[in-house]
Amino acid sequence: MNDLIGVEHYLVVGAILFVLGVLGIFLNRKNVIVILMAVELILLAVNINLVAFSAALNDLTGQIFAMLVLTVAAGEAAIGLAILVIYFRGRGTIAVDDVNRMKG
Amino acid sequence: MIQAIAFYLFASVVIASAVMVILARNPVHSVLWLILAFFNAAGLMVLVGAEFIAMLLVIVYVGAVAVLFLFVVMMLDIDFAAMRAGFVRNFPLGILIAAILLAELMLAVGAYGAGGVDLGQSDGTAVAGLGQSNIEAIGALLYGRYILLFEIAGIILLVAMIGAIVLTHRQPKPGARGRQDIGKQISRRPDEATVMKNPETGQGVKL
Repeated sequence: MNDLIGVEHYLVVGAILFVLGVLGIFLNRKNVIVILMAVELILLAVNINLVAFSAALNDLTGQIFAMLVLTVAAGEAAIGLAILVIYFRGRGTIAVDDVNRMKG
Repeated sequence: MIQAIAFYLFASVVIASAVMVILARNPVHSVLWLILAFFNAAGLMVLVGAEFIAMLLVIVYVGAVAVLFLFVVMMLDIDFAAMRAGFVRNFPLGILIAAILLAELMLAVGAYGAGGVDLGQSDGTAVAGLGQSNIEAIGALLYGRYILLFEIAGIILLVAMIGAIVLTHRQPKPGARGRQDIGKQISRRPDEATVMKNPETGQGVKL
């Protein structure tokens, strides 16, 4: 990074992305697919922070951790969407408000 | 200077497309905005020299996760208009929480910029060597010091794959057309499947 763009700039971008992800979960309370996409945005924000600190501290461990976050994000998307598909097969809807079979 | 221009371009596009992800009416559009966000995040990472993570982001997120989302969105036949009914009702609370969260995070960034808390320096064992590219350095680290984490990541992916297959696999109805019964096939013996006949000339064979 040069003197114009510092690690704080990256942290601000990561923070804004994280907040947008949380806001997306709140705004689209009914739509599970958009909630999953908002979770992906949150994980992307985490990755941006990890990579920014990795570059700022000149320590590659942050990039290794970013790869692990990527792994978990991929697994989470696969399992989440699989659950969504079988739920839709059984109930014909994926509205979050109707998910009350376990009476939680 | 060119770095600053590139950074602000990538950063503004990634934030704008993230806004569109959560505001788009059609989930298909959300997925497409998500792809744009991932591309620009990859650009941000290239700017700081993390090429490998950037390429991984494009390959894994755009190539696999986003396409998976697209498939599921298009496969499920859902009335998405009805799903946005609570949007206006949830808006004030959501904005309030987002504002509080953003203020807190900005405070944290500001504190870090003002000197931060000293937790010691990197021990220098995970630093790229001279003349070593980003990919070489990550490879040496990943297959050396972090080999266990790498293996665990593989196990996680295997479990996710098996889980997704087990969850969505539908057992076909027994006796359905085109269904193979493997056990029946391999338990078939030549003596019950074939018969030897020695017919008279001109008589033909009755099976």
